[in-house]
Amino acid sequence: MLKKRIIPCLDIKDGRTVKGVSFVNLRDAGDPVELAGAYADQAADEIVFLDITATHEKRKTLAPLVEKIANAINIPFTVGGGISTREDVSVLISSGADKVSVNTAAVLDPALITRLADSFGSQCIVVAIDAQLIDGDWRVCINSGRKVTAVRALQWAEEAMLRGAGEILLTSVNSDGTKEGFSTEITAAVSDRVNIPVIASGGAGTMEHFKKVFEETSCTAALAASVFHFGEILIPDLKRYLQKNKINVRV
Amino acid sequence: MSVRVALKRLGHDAVISDNPELISRAEKIIIPGVGEAASAMKHLREKGLDRVIVSLRQPVLGICLGLQLMCTSSEEGETEGLGIFDTQVRRFPAGARVPHMGWNDFVSLGDDPLLKGIDPGDYVYYVHSYYAGVNGYTIAVCDYGLPFSAAMRKDNFFATQFHPEKSAETGSLLLENFLRL
Repeated sequence: MLKKRIIPCLDIKDGRTVKGVSFVNLRDAGDPVELAGAYADQAADEIVFLDITATHEKRKTLAPLVEKIANAINIPFTVGGGISTREDVSVLISSGADKVSVNTAAVLDPALITRLADSFGSQCIVVAIDAQLIDGDWRVCINSGRKVTAVRALQWAEEAMLRGAGEILLTSVNSDGTKEGFSTEITAAVSDRVNIPVIASGGAGTMEHFKKVFEETSCTAALAASVFHFGEILIPDLKRYLQKNKINVRV
Repeated sequence: MSVRVALKRLGHDAVISDNPELISRAEKIIIPGVGEAASAMKHLREKGLDRVIVSLRQPVLGICLGLQLMCTSSEEGETEGLGIFDTQVRRFPAGARVPHMGWNDFVSLGDDPLLKGIDPGDYVYYVHSYYAGVNGYTIAVCDYGLPFSAAMRKDNFFATQFHPEKSAETGSLLLENFLRL
């Protein structure tokens, strides 16, 4: 049976991980390659790297880093952050990334999804959606969640699928960073609307939160950052807990 | 790319090539696959590789799209395949969440050396929207709403629908099995 996936997410800036990581003894807690290896050893199902480097120099640091990560781990990984052209994707895929995620650029130019899916195949195109609940409406945010648009999250998820997205990475801006749990409402709504895989993100604080999002929605994966990085939740413990609670995970 | 890296981790060098002569002389051949079936077949034909591949006598491993190209035909782009495995590739029916993406298991039929040491309960990574049904060449079956070929074999031709190069230790074991053939 297909397993629910547990995905740690690492923020990268200038080729280094941004937030401190302390779940394991590392020689260099800022080294994304060493961290990725540690997560792979912990039976993470995939890893997402989000490059938040703001400068135009980012491609120079990102591509060699992606190559090093590909050399170091034998599980799939996704790279996102500021991707806006076919050329961006081509460089990352040929450096060894399995999937890329697009966000703001796709909202501003939805045909980008079509172009990327046609060129590289749906299976490697993840559309990341930052959704924020405003006056009862889930709206799409861009620019790392800073700018709210008029686009409705549900419709956008469906359009992304129809244009060829292979997966949706859905982050609830309301929940992100709160550690109060995933937003099951929008996760359930999006997962029911599309028939491509959906990754729930934003708000993980406890193991119960993972259980809840898998029980109450049909999402196929859950993503978190800080609870993993700071060792508040260890992935092997989380998977044993989920398995005990009848959630199908790879242990 | 990922396959070459995985082989390197296992201590083997691989050359990425579309040169018929080089491929014919290779000790072993892996046909990985990411992309779309019809354009991949067109590319193989343009390079004359369709005839080269079917005439190979050394061990050949098709991965994901590689498996699908080795079948008679595919619904993806309505293309003919290499015809090594006499079976058709179909799209998962409406209703299934597609692509079938993530870690799933398989049941081995018989004891093919490719799958030696891999136990029920070991998981491998799949990402695909099309599948080859269970047929006379199937050596491992996976279930995703319906049973399909996780792995197939005909003589020197092997194929997996999952990605051994992305399937952690289980995948490495399979690649090592293939390299030992």
